[in-house]
Amino acid sequence: MSSTTTSEGSPEPGRRVYLDSASGEALHPAARRALEAALDTAYADPRRLHHAGRAARLVLDNARAATAEALGVRPDEVTFASSGTDAVQRGLLGLLGPGRGSGGEGPLVVHSAVEHSAVLHAAEWSGATTRSVGVDPAGRLRLDDLPPGAAGLAGATVVACQSANHEVGTIQPVESVAERLDGVPLFVDACASAGRLPLPQGWSALAASAHKWGGPAGVGVLVVRRGTRWHDPFPPDERAGERESGFENVPAVLAAAAALQAVVAERAAENARTNALVTRIRRVVGGLPDIDVVGDPVERLPHVVTFSCLYVDGEALVSELDRLGFEVASGSACTSSTLEPSHVLAAMGALTHGNVRVSVGRGTTDDDVTRFLEALPGAVERLRARI
Amino acid sequence: MLQLDCREMVCPAPIIELARHVRDVAVGDLIAVVASDAAARVDVPAWCRMTGHEYVGEDLAGDEVPRYVVRRVE
Repeated sequence: MSSTTTSEGSPEPGRRVYLDSASGEALHPAARRALEAALDTAYADPRRLHHAGRAARLVLDNARAATAEALGVRPDEVTFASSGTDAVQRGLLGLLGPGRGSGGEGPLVVHSAVEHSAVLHAAEWSGATTRSVGVDPAGRLRLDDLPPGAAGLAGATVVACQSANHEVGTIQPVESVAERLDGVPLFVDACASAGRLPLPQGWSALAASAHKWGGPAGVGVLVVRRGTRWHDPFPPDERAGERESGFENVPAVLAAAAALQAVVAERAAENARTNALVTRIRRVVGGLPDIDVVGDPVERLPHVVTFSCLYVDGEALVSELDRLGFEVASGSACTSSTLEPSHVLAAMGALTHGNVRVSVGRGTTDDDVTRFLEALPGAVERLRARI
Repeated sequence: MLQLDCREMVCPAPIIELARHVRDVAVGDLIAVVASDAAARVDVPAWCRMTGHEYVGEDLAGDEVPRYVVRRVE
């Protein structure tokens, strides 16, 4: 999308191009309308029995029903969390539960090597043993490394597999993983895909995040299938449902639901449009010297493309593109405090330096992409010339 | 075997050094990068794949710092 701030050095001063919708999509107009309406009416505590409380409860229940319908699940399976990370932690740790280790041994979490760090940190924090399953060069979980039985899932307490990768966009074979489960509960981090793509089947708990689909930040969605054994991993809160924690931001939740409904209704056309933009970026960038476009070219999110440029510091490239008016993300951390390369790129065997993630959104135009593709080669060449 | 001391460097400097010096060895000969930066473990093989050289493997330099060995192909 474009705004009217000026940027010195930009080839076209006056326009900035936001290409980071995978980190946060701009608020959908439907969300803004719902938010403004609910701010004045849904302020009370929805568990109170007075009129204002019942009004807030009605808004919350409406948001839950709309969210469930848009996701293709039941309303009583949906709980609103305070972020995608919060939903991930509650979903994964809730499946792990107390004393869920099998055969007298401690619990075991089996996860793909390319899960979001929120999943990996939650698994580690739980104290469970963890086992990472590798991915192919496109970033797709290696199903061959997940055989049923002793070498694969036997003994697993929970299996975690994302719906699609947040850094490179590759869609994971969640339903093939589910077929191998033999009763082991599956946790799916669907934050990267929810809203844009239908949810896969076969999971017990799932997490999503509203700001990725154009809802407000601070709204996560936790879905726990009926009949699933889920235990609150955190101190209890005396809310209406056992999975609820804290006083929901009801207006934001309604806005998130409105955005989700709108995005789902628009996604056939919008995914085709963003997919064409991404396909074009992949083709043009793939033809530039010493640049590797990573992730699956076909089985991928419609709006995300990632590439790595040899001999370039990724964060320097982000800064150079920002100077030119283009806002992108990077999985490289050459100068960051951790000094650890992206675990996603490392697991794929992809170049970890010089990495840039471009994600297009509702506001991204053909012209935005054209100008980005015109600016990129010069930005990379300038950085390479400094070495 | 030519050995490049990239111990104090952070990514992508070890890879830049490798690219600068790979033609210092004859085709078929080995060149090694000694690098403490964790990214080199991924980036040296990735560089080989992108540039057509052969990644031979990883061992340790005398001071236990990882050493990544490459065979010049072209």
